[in-house]
Amino acid sequence: MIELFSYEFFRNALWAALLASITCGVTGSYIVARRMVFISGGITHTSFGGIGIAYYLGLNPILGAAVFSVLSAIGIEYISGKTNVREDSAIGILWSLGMAVGIIFVFLTPGYAPNLMSYLFGSILTVGRTDLWLMLALAAVVVFFFVYYYNTILFIAFDEEYARAHRLPVMVFKYIIMSMIALTIVLNIRVVGIILVISFLTIPQATANLFTQNLKKMMIYSVLLGVAGSLAGIYISHYLDIPSGATIIFAFVVMFGIAKLVLNLKIRRVVKQEILTRENY
Amino acid sequence: MEPIVEIRNASAGYNDDIVLHNISLTVFEKDYIGVIGPNGGGKTTLVRLILGLLQPLQGEIIYHRQLSGSLTGYLPQVSNTDKSFPITVTEVVLSGLMSEKGASGRLTRADRERAAEIMQMMGIYHLRHKSIGVLSGGQMQRAFLGRAIIAQPRLLILDEPNTFVDNKFEHDLYELLSRLNENMAILMVSHDVGTITTYVKTIACVNRNLHYHPSNIITQSQLAAYNCPIQLITHGEVPHTVLGVHNHNHHHHDHD
Repeated sequence: MIELFSYEFFRNALWAALLASITCGVTGSYIVARRMVFISGGITHTSFGGIGIAYYLGLNPILGAAVFSVLSAIGIEYISGKTNVREDSAIGILWSLGMAVGIIFVFLTPGYAPNLMSYLFGSILTVGRTDLWLMLALAAVVVFFFVYYYNTILFIAFDEEYARAHRLPVMVFKYIIMSMIALTIVLNIRVVGIILVISFLTIPQATANLFTQNLKKMMIYSVLLGVAGSLAGIYISHYLDIPSGATIIFAFVVMFGIAKLVLNLKIRRVVKQEILTRENY
Repeated sequence: MEPIVEIRNASAGYNDDIVLHNISLTVFEKDYIGVIGPNGGGKTTLVRLILGLLQPLQGEIIYHRQLSGSLTGYLPQVSNTDKSFPITVTEVVLSGLMSEKGASGRLTRADRERAAEIMQMMGIYHLRHKSIGVLSGGQMQRAFLGRAIIAQPRLLILDEPNTFVDNKFEHDLYELLSRLNENMAILMVSHDVGTITTYVKTIACVNRNLHYHPSNIITQSQLAAYNCPIQLITHGEVPHTVLGVHNHNHHHHDHD
């Protein structure tokens, strides 16, 4: 197990897992608290359109994805706030359109066509230095913003109308956070893929949510659970020689299942004890 | 008496549907206005208009802000909040300070002490670390009322505060509001006309138009004249054509 650390690709994978856990743990808790999982799914898939177009034009795919995802994030926030289009319908349209555009442009690109699978599930074992620096920069920005403005973010997320009635810059905060979510998604697509980004943004948070009803603690627990799950996934995938991204998802779900089970047993024991004490008196 | 908010000939609504037509209302210090009217008549629209959540299509609203302090505190309808949101009772109460704190949201030790005092006053101090999702209807309303008054607003706005709460809380609530009314104006929307008229000082009938009734006694024929069709609930020895007893002083306790 130790000798794996002598490989740079492996050390990079561990760093990527750590940084992905930090950015996704923080923004994902916000997403889960605000019930925006479907919205994030929409942004994630829409960004695939950007990847396809960037490939076709010979540009950096991550740049294409960044433009697409930030625009779709702001677009969804705008649509849900201002127009009569139902939000979930709008997301469904953007979601499928993004995938369709991506697939058509990847198909049209002459020569070597990139493997679609690598964008769906990522390849954490091929993360390079540049990716890591970008992820580190994003993690720093996200952590600083959420720590510095924690109260304001919490109050706006909890009751937007109350915040607007008290003249807080609600829209500014929402657009900034949506852009951060979009960038989190983009940088992590490279690492963990479109499907895994959504699980990084939701499963550790849902697991954390079983144990705490406090947003701050939920963020911290999610980061820790993200690190634990992705490390477990990387090791298992290495030893069983199966795809790392899918294994990480599996590890997350198993952790969620165990947590749920432990919690249910605990509740059952408490209930049983209460019945026993009642019978005794 | 100093005016706090003045609505002048305002119309308001959503898209093509104008809910309130050419209404005027001035809220003064120490006012205690009960807002009544049929469902869909525009009671909540009036609240949103005063809070600045809705811009008037015509007319204007003048806010008499002071250099310091909060202008409005607001208790929304219970059903409008996400009950499983991960937030504690203390945080809900503290969030009432956001008008003072602005975007930075920095909270001081004094703010936390103020929140503790408010929670004690509301009888929810023992629940301070609980998430709001586990509270009963009455406890949740206390937490939200704590949020509404922590910044000591000049005008407290309540939208149907007596829904989903038990009689005990309802009684406590009205007692508390009467005490708060010594320091702040109150505007309360309610469907329970019979109960509120014993506590409020004046009545605003809202049914697309607004008729201000400068007394807490209102008769069936007056309601008809105001085009305000609501069910009168008689109680006690009150004659059935009259709402409420003209004794709003009985609950004013002497302080200091």
